[in-house]
Amino acid sequence: MLNDWSYVAIFTVISMFLPAAAIAIASFLAPKKPNPIKNSIYECGVETVGATWVQFKVQYYIYTLVFLLFDVEIIFLYPWAVAYNQLPLFAVVEVIIFILILLGGLLYAWRKGALEWV
Amino acid sequence: MTPLQIVFLLVAAITLFSAVMVVSIRGMMHAALFLVLTLMGVAFMFATLGSRFFAIIQILVYIGSIAILIIFAVMLTRNIMDAEVASLNRGWWFFAPLALLIFASIVLVLSSWSAFATLRDLSSTSGENILEFGKALTDPNGFVIPFEVASVLLVAAMVGAVYIAMERRGGRG
Repeated sequence: MLNDWSYVAIFTVISMFLPAAAIAIASFLAPKKPNPIKNSIYECGVETVGATWVQFKVQYYIYTLVFLLFDVEIIFLYPWAVAYNQLPLFAVVEVIIFILILLGGLLYAWRKGALEWV
Repeated sequence: MTPLQIVFLLVAAITLFSAVMVVSIRGMMHAALFLVLTLMGVAFMFATLGSRFFAIIQILVYIGSIAILIIFAVMLTRNIMDAEVASLNRGWWFFAPLALLIFASIVLVLSSWSAFATLRDLSSTSGENILEFGKALTDPNGFVIPFEVASVLLVAAMVGAVYIAMERRGGRG
């Protein structure tokens, strides 16, 4: 039963091992000569201005929320897609209605400007 | 013990540890990341129970988008990171025993059920059948009404979220 999952387990172990090995080897081999400039906070080479913990715009939350809803839609569509070849036309129409209802929500979000980048 | 049982105990320990860390650690961002680890452990539980579909849902929806949503919510907050704010509620001495009492009574009620302590052998069941699930979901005699209502629910959630967020932005100027 778990044969296909053992591949996932092997990849998990490898994906944990490789970065850990890289960091461990670097910490053994790298020369350590710290100074204040080297230890300063680094953000893409630009010095940070003001507090780091700023409040993000609520807009990002809306993007994620819309993404979550369509993620759930995928979950609903997946079993239907697996059974697609054995379904009557009625089921296909049902799913088209399902997608159209959700498209209405997307249109609403679009019209209200929730998808605009700020 | 079989290797699977050893791995199960290891993952269960990690899951419980990270679940405790979610509620006890000071930094909210770290709490959110520990929540991801907890959900990963739950996905592993589904996988060992032979339920691939739920394991994938757990990773795709819970880790892939709900955890991200929580991380964005943490980034929206401002002053909760202060170390002075107590993580314990003032009434914890009353509500903690109350929660324990409710938990104990639920266990008491469930233990009167005959199959409470017996382990079911799941090795005979070959996971779930997505094909049958897909057929039942769109079958007129099956679950087609809940299926369509689910889309209405999702639209309601989307419209509500957009409405509230847009109102707040309009109010701010």
